[in-house]
Amino acid sequence: MSPHAKPRNERAWFLVLPVCVLVAFNALIPLMTVVNYSVQDIVSPDQRVFVGWEWFKSVLRDPELHAAFGRQVLFSVVVLAIELPLGLSVALCLPRGPGGSTWQASLCTVLIAMPLLVPWNVVGTIWQVFARTDIGLGGAVLTKLGVDYNYALDPVHAWGTVVVMDVWHWTPLVVLLCYAGLRAIPETYYGAAAVDGASRWAVFRYIELPRLSGVLTIGVLLRFMDSFVIYTEPFVLTGGGPGSSTTFLSQHLSTLAVGQFDLGRASAFSLIYFLPILIVCYVFYTLMTREERS
Amino acid sequence: MVRRAWLGLFLALTFLPLYWMVNMSLRTNQEIVSGFRLVPLDPTLANYRTIFTNPSWYGGYLNSLTYVAINTVLSVAVALPAAYAFSRYRFLGDKHLFFWLLTNRMSPAAVFLLPFLELYSSVGLFDTPLAVALAHTLFNVPLAVWILEGFMSGVPREIDETAYLDGFSFPRFFMRIFLPLVRTGVGVTAFFCFMFSWAELLFARTLTVVDAKPIAATMTRTVSAAGMDWGVLAAAGTLTLVPGGLVIWFVRNYIAKGFALGRV
Repeated sequence: MSPHAKPRNERAWFLVLPVCVLVAFNALIPLMTVVNYSVQDIVSPDQRVFVGWEWFKSVLRDPELHAAFGRQVLFSVVVLAIELPLGLSVALCLPRGPGGSTWQASLCTVLIAMPLLVPWNVVGTIWQVFARTDIGLGGAVLTKLGVDYNYALDPVHAWGTVVVMDVWHWTPLVVLLCYAGLRAIPETYYGAAAVDGASRWAVFRYIELPRLSGVLTIGVLLRFMDSFVIYTEPFVLTGGGPGSSTTFLSQHLSTLAVGQFDLGRASAFSLIYFLPILIVCYVFYTLMTREERS
Repeated sequence: MVRRAWLGLFLALTFLPLYWMVNMSLRTNQEIVSGFRLVPLDPTLANYRTIFTNPSWYGGYLNSLTYVAINTVLSVAVALPAAYAFSRYRFLGDKHLFFWLLTNRMSPAAVFLLPFLELYSSVGLFDTPLAVALAHTLFNVPLAVWILEGFMSGVPREIDETAYLDGFSFPRFFMRIFLPLVRTGVGVTAFFCFMFSWAELLFARTLTVVDAKPIAATMTRTVSAAGMDWGVLAAAGTLTLVPGGLVIWFVRNYIAKGFALGRV
């Protein structure tokens, strides 16, 4: 049913009112506080000076922020480039259709989903105890293989570990999304392809891939958003180090805000941080509502 | 055959780190540090005993469960009528509101850190489970509205219209007829609210000091303060997997839907 057919009813506002009050309390008041701080220099509780755009200018010129932003974009691109093809390839291997019995499919789904249920800080802990060279299985195996591996000292190793951790944590989501998309393809499509004598590749390229465009879009947007605001996992695993090699935007911001109580700079940074997120949200929203209308 | 092997390899690599943590949780700290072993030589539950007898450990779990429960109930309760409104009616600003909710789900928690600290201190809720529960509604209420709206839009509108023609009032229709129809959706939504609140660390850690300190914060703080008791840390981590592991079988067909905000 298309949303156009929905009746207009302004009294529906009463139904959304509780949500509005709650989210306004949680989102609007803090946001106004941030806006307020971002244009003032607060020397002491009674002494504040209006400084206009000064904080924004200083934040935009900050080389540390540029570095964190660069790392953030690189991180998001790398994890997307790994997780999407990997997740898709695994989803194609899962049993489906009348051939794969349902309990097998269910069991696979549940097993694959396990990492998604791990609290984010525990994801960090798991990889900490897994990757350490003295007590961790992964670290010990790498050392045995002759790699001089130490994620706490070598920035490249730290990066690799954080990326592998994220791939471990979130590829299951891509698998489940693609699997849901694949199961929605009618059996008749495959039948027609079989009649035409289409190769496995042709089936993938001309039947499965186009039908997966919807879930893949959702996958890209969700993974981009979540990796762009990642905080907990690298914080627990590397603490942003060594140096600041794995300090991403959220951690940089939280250091500014509650570590150094640099209110003006942190607030200006917060507002700038919102921009890319709003843009991606808008794309997500537009695609979702357009799909539902068609 | 290749498919099976690839799937098997993926699953094996997925479970390796999980196995390692469970493995460590069953060993004493001396054994962990002294030697490298794939299978525990002498499995012990001492680490779990430490957690269940030390108030600072099991208190963390109780605090976490408290705010997670409050948050889940609150999020689902306020999201139900709102999701119904979005799925059934058009009203002034509905699209903007729906979009605004989405931006709150997606926004970085770090942005809200400092304002939340001030806000919840000023209303006297700092270091209470209620503060964390309310803070988590920032992302869980939008999540719940989006997921529930997805489920509710799957229920034909003729059902509502017939019920109203039969003289049902809105509250009676909603409780008696509509809620049973979307009970799966409510269950899935509650599960996801639970999981995201359970998994969140940044707010939970910043808004609490002593009294309401969640298990996630207990874990990070113990690591830095009391040296490294790897066995207990691994046991604490293993225990955090229990709630999710218990209910996952019931929501197995909706995991993708929940993570995709009800849009799959």
